Amino acid sequence: MLRVFQHHMVKRVAGAILIGLLVLVMTGPQGNGSEPTSGFTGSFSEHMSFFGFFTPPRWITFALLALVLSLLVMFAKYSHRAWRRAQESGAAAARAVASAAARVKYVRSRRSGRYSGYALLVLLGIFLPRIITSQSWQTNIVQLVAVYILLAIGLNVVTGFAGLLDLGFVAFYAIGAYTTAWVTGALPTSPPFGIHFNTFFAIPFAIILAMAFGVVLGIPTLRLRGDYLAIVTLGFGEIIFIFANNLYGITGGSTGTNQIPYLSVHLGPLKYLWGLTPQPYYYLTLAFIVLFLMIFSSLEHSRVGRAWVAIREDEVAAESLGIYPLKYKVMAFAIGAASAGFAGVITASQTLFVTPPTFSLSFSINILVLVIFGGMGSIAGVVVGGLVIQGFVVYMIQSPPAWYNPADLYMYLGALLIVMMIFRPAGLLPSRRRLREVTQVESGVARDQMLTHIGPHNRVEEEL
Amino acid sequence: MSYFTSHFSTFGHEFWGLLVGGVANGVVYAMVAIGYTMVYGVLRLINFAHSEIFTSGAFASFFLMKALVGGSTPTATESVIYVILGVLVGGLAGALAALALERVAYRPLRRRNAPKLAYLISAIGASYFLFNFYGKEFGRINLSMDAPFTNNTVFTIFGAPVQMYYIVIVIVGVIMLVSLDRFVAKSKLGRGIRAVAQDAETASLMGVNIDRTISLTFVLGGFLGGVAGFLFAIPIGVVYTMGFTPALKAFSAAVLGGIGNLRGAVIGGLLLGIVESFSVAFFDGVYIDVVAFAVLVLVLMVRPTGILGERLGRSA
Amino acid sequence: MVDNLFDVQNVTLRFGGVVSLNDVTLSQKRGEILAIIGPNGAGKTSLFNSLTGVYTPQQGSITFTDAKGKRYSVIGKKPYRVSAAGVARTFQASRMFSAMTTFENVKIGAESHRGLGAVGAMLKGPATRRDEVRSDAATRDLLEFVGLTSQSNVIAASLNYGARRRLEIARALATRPQVLLLDEPAAGTNPAEKNDLTELIRRVRDEMNVSILLIEHDMKLVMALAERLYVLNFGSVIAQGTPEEIRANPAVIEAYLGASDTGIAEESK
Ligand SMILES: Nc1ncnc2c1ncn2[C@@H]1O[C@H](COP(=O)(O)OP(=O)(O)OP(=O)(O)O)[C@@H](O)[C@H]1O
Ligand SMILES: [Mg+2]
Repeated sequence: MLRVFQHHMVKRVAGAILIGLLVLVMTGPQGNGSEPTSGFTGSFSEHMSFFGFFTPPRWITFALLALVLSLLVMFAKYSHRAWRRAQESGAAAARAVASAAARVKYVRSRRSGRYSGYALLVLLGIFLPRIITSQSWQTNIVQLVAVYILLAIGLNVVTGFAGLLDLGFVAFYAIGAYTTAWVTGALPTSPPFGIHFNTFFAIPFAIILAMAFGVVLGIPTLRLRGDYLAIVTLGFGEIIFIFANNLYGITGGSTGTNQIPYLSVHLGPLKYLWGLTPQPYYYLTLAFIVLFLMIFSSLEHSRVGRAWVAIREDEVAAESLGIYPLKYKVMAFAIGAASAGFAGVITASQTLFVTPPTFSLSFSINILVLVIFGGMGSIAGVVVGGLVIQGFVVYMIQSPPAWYNPADLYMYLGALLIVMMIFRPAGLLPSRRRLREVTQVESGVARDQMLTHIGPHNRVEEEL
Repeated sequence: MSYFTSHFSTFGHEFWGLLVGGVANGVVYAMVAIGYTMVYGVLRLINFAHSEIFTSGAFASFFLMKALVGGSTPTATESVIYVILGVLVGGLAGALAALALERVAYRPLRRRNAPKLAYLISAIGASYFLFNFYGKEFGRINLSMDAPFTNNTVFTIFGAPVQMYYIVIVIVGVIMLVSLDRFVAKSKLGRGIRAVAQDAETASLMGVNIDRTISLTFVLGGFLGGVAGFLFAIPIGVVYTMGFTPALKAFSAAVLGGIGNLRGAVIGGLLLGIVESFSVAFFDGVYIDVVAFAVLVLVLMVRPTGILGERLGRSA
Repeated sequence: MVDNLFDVQNVTLRFGGVVSLNDVTLSQKRGEILAIIGPNGAGKTSLFNSLTGVYTPQQGSITFTDAKGKRYSVIGKKPYRVSAAGVARTFQASRMFSAMTTFENVKIGAESHRGLGAVGAMLKGPATRRDEVRSDAATRDLLEFVGLTSQSNVIAASLNYGARRRLEIARALATRPQVLLLDEPAAGTNPAEKNDLTELIRRVRDEMNVSILLIEHDMKLVMALAERLYVLNFGSVIAQGTPEEIRANPAVIEAYLGASDTGIAEESK
């Protein structure tokens, strides 16, 4: 008994302290190449003040915290009495959670319940500018929350509904933004038909162009297996970036353009100009988010949505029923591309400039994180995921704490992806169907040829 | 990649110069491609974080060179020793990073038999975590490496000079690739890798320790990837994002040769290096990265099993 | 001209060195319940895969003729096109969409041959709604037909073996096929379920007017249902005929005894 106890204890505690110290270094000072250890040593030499009462070194605080946490967990597990007590309170908590979950399920299952949930979100959205009145906050909310949610909703169609990992999503966003610049005559190339269009006309152009690119890229690549698709789309994103960066005569090269006009309406007596203030853009984007939510939600519960699930679960069986997988994959790809293209118009017309660095791979990853974190395939999850993560990002930009450096954002997002995949692969608010799929694959019920890895794999198509 | 290509006046010189540069580049790609192919062989998945294994090797050897060489000009004997040490340290760093990666990002998922998409996402997360962590610790600017040897022209082929750097790459690369090939083909551990690649379930029934074999695969692929990072960094230095492009190309090389096939990775790497090098004659240098991608897409369209075919399990 | 549903002429299918189908020639008449039997690895499933476009045989021809007399050359066609022509199938190891309900599983079959409809689906137009109503009705009818009405809102993964087999049949029938290919539908079911299944298959043919092509190792079921049989061994057709003729055929008994497989010899006594 004692030996087992010690063995586990040493391992667990060591692991926990290691993680604690990793977090310490992650939140420590920025290092540099000429003194490679300065980041580490800095993390260990810094002190942390507890309300001015005492200021221990940070590393002691972190190590102690990790130690105490791991000991608590273990204590709860190994000490009989505490274990039983924890079990009891755990059972009570589980009951509470279960009844709350049942209620949520009940509410969600009733259409009116689902709609009232959405209505609440929309109301919150409408009144948000009244609650957060600072202009810089609002600008960041439009650019970093609303537009990102719009993009995440689009990527969710590709990755969540159709199960396709698209790492080049940013390319379609770039196409949308550059199309806006092109159509309004802000690029070195002359606009279509030589006309400088009103910015609103960029919307159909951008959607059609992004969709066309989606179809042209999709038809050859969507035949590929999932992981190949991920790399090919990633490469596509890079190529669009390279071209945008170097075709000076067409895209303006590395400096891009900053000549894009604001959105405006001139319809007889109806005149409106979206200008410097963020609010009009906020409401415009919000309106489109709601619109996207509605149409994509119908899409999910339609024949097309069911076909996507069928393909995701078992492509061979789906095809035997007359579903042509490629057609539905291309469709998902094109819909995703179109919504990214649209988001590109919004961004370009609000920031008034487009430059290549905006459209790096990291951007695709950021959107992917929102989808994964919220719950692949769950529209509500994606919206909440976007709110939480991008809300955090904006908060960190607006009032950064000492330990946070915006350049480290992707380090945190990367870590978050790993943690999600280990502990909660279906996301924060999982789609019920996705959750079932994940648990079934894991318990070996579903025997999808694409989903399993270790095992006899010489004959992929065997036992058809 | 313009640093590999010098400018010559006549076509003959240019041809041989491009060839030498292409082969050197190709050896680096091959060493990285091996890592993709080996992991694919046993796990049937693309290790998205392999680029950061490469970066780990580069950073470790960068700091070693900084300590050893400083600003000095090493003598011939010192050069040999430094290169050997650089190879060892770069390789070990790569192996260590690969091992940690397998432990943290893959093993927990393997334990619960997670869907394949989960591995890809977890690997992407690991990749982003690692290179941004390096960026945080070592800064986000390009740091030039203290060269362990002077890059003189050693001899000429048909008038095209062949520099020390190319010779080092080819010698180190050939030694590494041949030893790996022999190791996987002949040793007991290597047989275990091949058995798992062929049929993990049966291999485990026959007493092969799957976990250990998978770790070993990561370590071997990681070692070669780390060494490649060292060699790659000698002329151009290190920066936290340096892994991305070469790794994407190495992946293309692995697919080109037939993913899962060790010798295929070598052939694919060399071929891609040479094709890329010669494409400078046709395209503006800034578009050279597009070539590898075009090769990848073409191969996947026309012959997804690559040149040598997906010889799963018969990786040697 | 004979009203043949399937005409398979000299089909050969190879995988590397393995010859799965070797110069196979056979045909099925419209309305017939036809069975394919043979020892494990004989090539039965490979034949199904060739008939449905999953595999592409290197030699020979496969012609499917639909009720209107339109002829389709199957080889080289994608499975979804073969399905659209009127061929439906089930799989040897059942492949339902296990995270969906029974109802959804069948509905996917019922609506798969409609047009694209992404725009309609997004806007939920009246035509889309009408489509949904029609598919729902068809699905309900089929679930009733196979006796799964009471389980229509159950997740498919939680169905028992017999119910899964019936679900797969309903899902295949939902595509409104002219012929149904069943790959070992009785595998893993108990005797009572086998009887139900025999009954169901006969009803599919009689009431829904769908021809049946059946692979089955259970000789009792095969002999009870099949009007004609082909026997495959090592990829070749070694015999064909009525159940009585097959029982008496020495080559068949030889093949089965040689493979020491399920007891056709005992059945034939
Ligand atoms: N995708 C494939 N790749 C390689 N070989 C295959 C493939 N499909 C079938 N075969 C081979 O073809 C032969 C026939 O297999 P098939 O599955 O058609 O047999 P079967 O008659 O259905 O057997 P069973 O009664 O066990 O289902 C076997 O030797 C098998 O190994
Ligand atoms: Mg079979």
